[in-house]
Amino acid sequence: MDGAMILEWVIKSIFLILVMTGGFAYVTLYERKVLARIQVRIGPNRAGPFGVLQPVADGIKLIFKEELVPAKADKLIFTLAPVLTVIPALIITAVVPWGTEVTLFGRTIKLYLADINIAVLYLMAVTSISIYGIALAGWSSNNKYATLGGLRATAQMISYELALGFAMIVPVMMAGSMSLVDIVESQKPVWFVFVQPLAFLIYFIAALAEINRSPFDMPEAEQELTAGYHTEYSGMKFALFFMAEYIKMIAISMIGSSLFLGGYRGPFVDQLPALGPLYLFIKVAIVLFVIIWIRATLPRIRYDRLMQFGWKVLFPLALLNVFVTGVVLILVGG
Amino acid sequence: MLTTGTIIFGVFALVVIASALGMLLSRNAIYAALFLVLNFATVAVLYLILGAPFIALVQITVYAGSIMVLFLFVIMLLGAEKLPAGEPLGHHRWIALLFGLVFLAELALFLVYRAGMRAAVNTPPLEFGSPAAVGMSLFQKYALPFEITGFILVVATVGAILLTRGEGFKGRKRTLEIQSQDK
Repeated sequence: MDGAMILEWVIKSIFLILVMTGGFAYVTLYERKVLARIQVRIGPNRAGPFGVLQPVADGIKLIFKEELVPAKADKLIFTLAPVLTVIPALIITAVVPWGTEVTLFGRTIKLYLADINIAVLYLMAVTSISIYGIALAGWSSNNKYATLGGLRATAQMISYELALGFAMIVPVMMAGSMSLVDIVESQKPVWFVFVQPLAFLIYFIAALAEINRSPFDMPEAEQELTAGYHTEYSGMKFALFFMAEYIKMIAISMIGSSLFLGGYRGPFVDQLPALGPLYLFIKVAIVLFVIIWIRATLPRIRYDRLMQFGWKVLFPLALLNVFVTGVVLILVGG
Repeated sequence: MLTTGTIIFGVFALVVIASALGMLLSRNAIYAALFLVLNFATVAVLYLILGAPFIALVQITVYAGSIMVLFLFVIMLLGAEKLPAGEPLGHHRWIALLFGLVFLAELALFLVYRAGMRAAVNTPPLEFGSPAAVGMSLFQKYALPFEITGFILVVATVGAILLTRGEGFKGRKRTLEIQSQDK
């Protein structure tokens, strides 16, 4: 491990964080534009050409907002909760590869931050940790709506984590490795989504529930809970929750693309490795579009239905899928 | 000799002890739970230093990520975060002190008599903690204990579900009986 290696890792980490935060800013714009088109509106178009400066304007506005802390809130945890929400969202994509390797300034650079042999387990670990921020935000606000929102989020995320885990095991079984680089490489002949459509569907639904996106955005159901766990948050603390939500959207799109949609693989990627990140970007953009489309189309489902669906439909299906995959793999692979 | 590894281990070991003490001494159940989460996470880092990434991440997923989330959930749901000021222990305190002293003496004796034995422990190969190696030993060498553990867990799950269903289950059964009598 030489100095240049450490420098390379630091640069890659900073690059990843910048991409995720910049991506957050523009996914908000992307969502507003797409939603506007679906609802036959124009969407934000005042700040800059085609509204491209809208995220900047939003950011500046939020910086100048007053930061309120409720009188009887637990101040330490109230401040800690947004940070605890953003950090898992930022670090989860560390194991997702963007490409194979490129030569830059006479140095071969691998286009991934960490190729560890337990990458999928790392994803599960970070997902399970990400509940704390939301649960604590709800509790520390000393507000009934916020506490209820936090509790709902916790119950929902624990329930859907199981199905999510079982859906992520399927690509691991197919590839015979927990490393995401190996999983993407083993999708060279055919993407896993074509062999395992059910696993992809379960992954997608469970991931939507995991990041509290519509139609599973129970924790922040406006009609019942005002704004759920972040009711009492304002200014930059609110911006951090907002940021975490959109970064998680990007993260599940990247992970889903890598596990099921061939990741950075595409035509001519072996000859021209620089195409890898471009393919991944296109796939992520398409998955994000579907997520926004679902938000524009489906109403929120009721909370008890959501729990029943998670435990009685999604979880047994995911278990069955893993079982069938295992049997078939043994029969075929020998 | 102080190597980088030893220094890192020392720092994390101190965090482990400090967070464990914080968990014991904290008067707020939420803070106690959070100290325990920190403790689990730091122990996971110690596993990583020992070259066992699989165990480290399982520790985070299962203990820090699932069990402690459930603890936190129950504390928040019941609103039981404020613990009483004085522990209603009574004479248990003295028994606990006695057992603690016995344990301390045992540790000291072990250190005195077995201090030279440390070198005798074989360093396992680097592959020892890899997921494939863990899986192999779980499903081949320890297949029976693994299955028994799984069986016990299934029994516990079924029992828990039965307990929570309680009256509702019987009530539904009775409804079904009445319905079948009507036909």
